Amino acid sequence: MASVKLRDIRKTFGRTEVLRGIDLEIEDREFVVFVGPSGCGKSTLLRLIAGLEEITEGDLLIDGQRVNDTPPDRRGLAMVFQSYALYPHMTVADNMGFSLRLAGATKDERDRKVREAARALQLEPLLDRKPRELSGGQRQRVAIGRAIVRNPKVFLFDEPLSNLDAGLRVQMRIEIARLHESLDATMIYVTHDQVEAMTLADRIVVLRDGAIEQTGTPLDLYNHPENIFVAEFIGSPKMNLLPVRVKTVSDDNVTVTLPDGGALDVPVKSDQLGADEQVTLGVRPERMRISERGQFVGQVLVAERLGSETYLYLQIEGGEMLTIETDGDSLARIHDRVAVEVKGENCHLFNSAGEAVGRAD
Amino acid sequence: MMTALTKTRRVNTLPLITPSVLVLFLWMVVPLVMTLWFSFQRYNLLNPSVKGFAGLENYKSLVADSALWTAMLNTLVLVASVLGVTVVLGTLLAVLFNQEFFGRPVARLLIIAPFFVMPTVSALIWKNMLLHPVNGLVAFLTRSLGLEAIDWFGNWPMTSIVMIVSWQWLPFALLILLTAIQSLDNEQIEAARMDGAGASALFFFIILPHLKRAISVVVMIETIFFLSVFAEILITTSGGPGLATTNLAFLIYIRSLLEYDVGAASAGGVIAIVLANVVAFFLVRTIARSLEEG
Repeated sequence: MASVKLRDIRKTFGRTEVLRGIDLEIEDREFVVFVGPSGCGKSTLLRLIAGLEEITEGDLLIDGQRVNDTPPDRRGLAMVFQSYALYPHMTVADNMGFSLRLAGATKDERDRKVREAARALQLEPLLDRKPRELSGGQRQRVAIGRAIVRNPKVFLFDEPLSNLDAGLRVQMRIEIARLHESLDATMIYVTHDQVEAMTLADRIVVLRDGAIEQTGTPLDLYNHPENIFVAEFIGSPKMNLLPVRVKTVSDDNVTVTLPDGGALDVPVKSDQLGADEQVTLGVRPERMRISERGQFVGQVLVAERLGSETYLYLQIEGGEMLTIETDGDSLARIHDRVAVEVKGENCHLFNSAGEAVGRAD
Repeated sequence: MMTALTKTRRVNTLPLITPSVLVLFLWMVVPLVMTLWFSFQRYNLLNPSVKGFAGLENYKSLVADSALWTAMLNTLVLVASVLGVTVVLGTLLAVLFNQEFFGRPVARLLIIAPFFVMPTVSALIWKNMLLHPVNGLVAFLTRSLGLEAIDWFGNWPMTSIVMIVSWQWLPFALLILLTAIQSLDNEQIEAARMDGAGASALFFFIILPHLKRAISVVVMIETIFFLSVFAEILITTSGGPGLATTNLAFLIYIRSLLEYDVGAASAGGVIAIVLANVVAFFLVRTIARSLEEG
């Protein structure tokens, strides 16, 4: 049982404020991912929880106990570092058993626990090797094993997969997901990769400039981004954003004027918007369809063929760029002119401050 | 591709490196051969009429002389104690100087300064300003505590020499070890902290193993220099009292330039070469092993 609670956490380095009031509750056995662009403070937040940095202001509670001033090793946490941080002069077994050795565990107990963790991670044949004799993926597993041996209440991961190649990353992602399943532990995971965030998280926390932009399940963030930043950050390729003007407003419906002069009904709460207001229309590439009746006509600048699907980058009239996802065997070629259809219920509207206008449903 | 490259290289570079290798070879071999040659000669500068082949006479008299054994022991004691002091203190200071504290740049500069003072000058500083029983700083301190002044070079000659040489070489050890400590991955320290390592566990389990290589390098380089300490001894104790601070280098100096017996001095030189090679053999072997492991 381990819950983590952050109450108005602030962190300043000298005069720079890195974290500006973080409020968050992480429940027992939850897998929470902190995601955001570099410099958003996500790693600092993790290090504050770990106890590697001091909290300037606010309270950190683990299981209801304030641990602001508890040293890192007594918080019941284990951390997996980006560089793995294995001790190079120790064997894999010694690396994994180091915390037990410091805690004064007997050699038998140490061996038993290390073996147990090694079995779970298929590290048994490697126990006598030194870290430099291991591949990147194996080192990663040892680092995770070292965390498991401590039997922590909360696992912390600091961009653990960013040093691995693409194939291995997918494999380790699955292993971490399975580990979460089998260990039943609370996990906090930091990444800048939104795919990792989407695939692993129970709940994603999107950070920007030291503040939380939005918290929610992956699908929540995908379907109901609260602002332009989250809308662009979650989902790949990025959501298309077009400046449009509100034409008319009626109950639970806003009609906007498209660049080509046509109109589009978007089913959102209309009470915040007035006619003639400048807003941003957001449509995900996978929600756009090539169609004769399309509202947008543009020229294909680039076609990216991935086999299962094709991404087309269009320049529409007025100079705006659109990305659309279409079939893998699409016949569209560079310089072709294509028409793209968008349905109002698949669109998001953001007001001039960048905040999403709530859906009508 | 790779093999082709090395092949053409070998052909092209051999004539280019030959001259320098040849010069270095002569540079090393000529003095060595001359020393060997003189060590088998009757050769005394005071008496030119005494000459001719001496056979092993020079060696026999040297080995029979207890001064040689005293000097050998002194050499080893000096090397071992200064190594101990500089490596232990150097490691601890390296850890200290790796921390952030007020005035660190100035402190770093000051602690490295002794290395830039030439041996004769530092020996003079220690002899006349620090350890002098009347005018010295240490004597002033002990007197102000109501204690008697210590005649360092009279009563503790070897300790004094060790102090002076350590003072000169501590900056070197510190410099090498500090740069080594700075290359230690910070995440490793953080991982150890999360594993529950306190300051001492961090030092013995993480920092010291990381420094092993650098310590080996310091030991190797310093040994080479400490085997031939001379200026400090000449300036302060002149090998005395008696033979208390005479090492092999100084013994050779006594034989050749005080007693003008070039033959005996050369024999001493050959013995010094043998001693240096014995030490180097064991040292290189143990260090090479530790480097392979590290």
